[in-house]
Amino acid sequence: MNKIIRKVRLSDEVYKIVVEAPLIAAERRPGQFVIVQRDTDFGERIPLTIADADPRAGTITMVFQTVGKSTHNLALLEEGDSIANLLGPLGRPTKIEKVGTVVCVGGGIGAAPLYPIAQGMKKAGNRLVVIIGARNRGLVIMEEEMRAIADELIVVTDDGSYGRKALVTEPLKELCDGDPRPDMVVAIGPPIMMKFCVETTRPFGIHTVVSLNTIMIDGTGMCGGCRVTVGGKTKFVCVDGPEFDGHQVDFSNMLARMGAYKEHENEAHDRCHIDMQVKKLEKERGEKA
Amino acid sequence: MNRPAEFEAPTASVRGLLEKLGEGRLSVRDRLAIPPQEMPAQDPAARRGNMDEVALGYSEEQARLEALRCLQCKNAPCIASCPVGIDIPGFIAEIAAGRYAESLAVLKKSNLFPAICGRVCPQEVQCQATCTVGKSLKSLDKAVSIGRLERFAADRERESGRLEVPAVKPATGKRVAVVGSGPAGLAAAADLAKEGHAVTIFEAFHKPGGVMIYGIPEFRLPKDIVGREIEALEQMGVEIRTNFLVGRTRSLKDLLDRDGFAAVFIGSGAGLPKFMDIPGENLIGVFSANEYLTRSNLMRAYDLQHADTPIFKAKRMAVLGGGNVAMDAARTAVRMGAEKVFLVYRRTEREMPARVEEVAHAREEGVVFRFLESPTRILGDERKRVTGMECLSYTLGDPDASGRRSPVAVPGSEHLLDVDAVIVAIGNESHPLLLQTNPEIAVSRRGNIITDETGKTSMDRVYAGGDIVLGAATVILAMGEGRRAAASINRLLAEE
Ligand SMILES: Cc1cc2nc3c(=O)[nH]c(=O)nc-3n(C[C@H](O)[C@H](O)[C@H](O)COP(=O)(O)OP(=O)(O)OC[C@H]3O[C@@H](n4cnc5c(N)ncnc54)[C@H](O)[C@@H]3O)c2cc1C
Ligand code: FES
Repeated sequence: MNKIIRKVRLSDEVYKIVVEAPLIAAERRPGQFVIVQRDTDFGERIPLTIADADPRAGTITMVFQTVGKSTHNLALLEEGDSIANLLGPLGRPTKIEKVGTVVCVGGGIGAAPLYPIAQGMKKAGNRLVVIIGARNRGLVIMEEEMRAIADELIVVTDDGSYGRKALVTEPLKELCDGDPRPDMVVAIGPPIMMKFCVETTRPFGIHTVVSLNTIMIDGTGMCGGCRVTVGGKTKFVCVDGPEFDGHQVDFSNMLARMGAYKEHENEAHDRCHIDMQVKKLEKERGEKA
Repeated sequence: MNRPAEFEAPTASVRGLLEKLGEGRLSVRDRLAIPPQEMPAQDPAARRGNMDEVALGYSEEQARLEALRCLQCKNAPCIASCPVGIDIPGFIAEIAAGRYAESLAVLKKSNLFPAICGRVCPQEVQCQATCTVGKSLKSLDKAVSIGRLERFAADRERESGRLEVPAVKPATGKRVAVVGSGPAGLAAAADLAKEGHAVTIFEAFHKPGGVMIYGIPEFRLPKDIVGREIEALEQMGVEIRTNFLVGRTRSLKDLLDRDGFAAVFIGSGAGLPKFMDIPGENLIGVFSANEYLTRSNLMRAYDLQHADTPIFKAKRMAVLGGGNVAMDAARTAVRMGAEKVFLVYRRTEREMPARVEEVAHAREEGVVFRFLESPTRILGDERKRVTGMECLSYTLGDPDASGRRSPVAVPGSEHLLDVDAVIVAIGNESHPLLLQTNPEIAVSRRGNIITDETGKTSMDRVYAGGDIVLGAATVILAMGEGRRAAASINRLLAEE
């Protein structure tokens, strides 16, 4: 069950895995996510957005960055290994319709879950502009895939090592200023990036959809750990989202909530790095001996 | 298990009583003279620091003494007040006679999971409330401890290492799907499997058991007890598919139309946590009891050495609510190292729906009860972390339609409670997901599935029971509902 068929290291910290999950592959629609748990007894349940799926092969693709202990442990699995638990597809699918021009903004690994949405938007007959942003050249992903479907593709990096040296909000603002104006924006990436995208489009009144990746446990609406404030009301990201009208999202509360376990996480992650170094050293020693 | 040595020594010798019983000379007066047997428990100071079961169970001698207290009334009011109608005098008589396997057999005729129910049923408002012994001695506390005896009979069997697997009829070739693996789903699955149907349970979580696994803590219901009941089901041929959310992984319709299931039982529980709807509820440090308990129980966050899932560390914690869920959250917080745990409840102790034993245990463990108090808002700092809770004081007003006296706020009584975390345990509503994706299933205004007296919903071949029908209720009621629906499904399939 949930065997890893393919694993690709996209950059230092970013991995793509293709996993056997025939039921999820058959049912999933753009915008949905899964909950992944590496080990049944003590593993953490983490949400990952589905980047792609092949219903015929019965596989789904996920892209993740090693930001904490659990993603780190996930990255240690190799092709042929299995993920103990995989639940999905969860969340409401993206509402895909023809609106005119759609700008899809992907920050960092956000470009991966953005891909099926961009694909859907294009298929629905929209003019598609894609902005991909990353810290540096090594972290730019999905470029070829996006180029194949976009009417216009803009790549930016923070340090200028590839594409234009800018944050994603720069070209986004230019597009909003242009003529014709985009009719809709979809932004997926780190919370802080989504927050700035939303602030960029707000003065133009352009509908901006964001996909929130909060802390989750069950992913089915049972715990409320994923809750955010949207338009002054409490919403559960796992069942009411993950996509929301970005102009209504209380990002400062969401950003704070995502840091609820920071101290614990840092400690666990540090321990992880130490463990890995120890293992590496042991292995090296073993090889020498 | 280390039993404390100094449990109350029996005043009369069991042997003498048994001799009298054997000769038919044990009088009502003799029986009433036997002191009620206290169940040994882990020392409060010790258990604040561990997750092990608190109540340790009767010794054999205690169990037989307690069993001898039962008057074996002909009218047996206890049976009528048991939601599943267990032959209570019957199973107790077998314990008195030392025939424990027979006792368990009597229990199992009506109750599939006595080890669980003996631990979690609110006996003081069910069977024990009507017990003649309690009435004669003019104290509910002196009623026969039916729950403890039920637990004893079940534990004896379990400790013997045998796993009793009920007999299963020849395969009918018909498939039935069960949604959810809480007590309703498990009970339905057992009765469907006995009839020879091929049963598949679909469970969203990675482990089966429902609230009994993710909600009720280890110190009250050890998980290996639930695990054994599930093991027995699997040996009966029931297939359990975890990580399967009906409505998302596969639709209910597809289960019926494409996957070849002849009927479906929905036991998806009351999984939607209610919040207070007051300012500050989304601050860091505010949790639903579901989240806090799931982190601790299902995700094993209490095991700091091994678990990857973190649990919030708080020094001073407020738990809002007065039911079992609130007690479990408060007692878990104590074990997670909170220095002070307040239980804040709008009414008084008398109105609290929690089991009496849980309230007593919480108090022994140092939980501070604050009655007639309810929060108006939760305060936080610039990092959006909880720094306190503003509360109002209440008095009890006139009884409402249901006869309960409703709390009335005292104007101007605002005051501050110094806490750094808040757990909201004011109840759960029905799980909306499955219903969102199946509009043809009729639900009540409160979101509960409406069923007829056979447990059937408005959708053809679909039955439901447990918390999804009753609203947040109890394990035994959920089981009862599961069995009733299973009987209806068995009838339906027999006719085809
Ligand atoms: C903390 C706590 C303490 C309690 N203490 C007591 C007590 O002491 N005594 C007592 O009698 N009662 C107690 N209760 C109440 C009791 O646990 C419930 O009434 C009972 O568990 C309800 O059983 P159920 O089978 O209807 O649902 P649940 O036990 O809630 O099980 C439902 C299951 O269905 C799964 N599910 C939901 N939707 C889907 C779907 N679409 N697809 C697949 N799976 C799905 C859920 O993940 C869950 O595992 C307590 C409840 C809580 C929360
Ligand atoms: S993750 Fe538990 S309710 Fe959303």
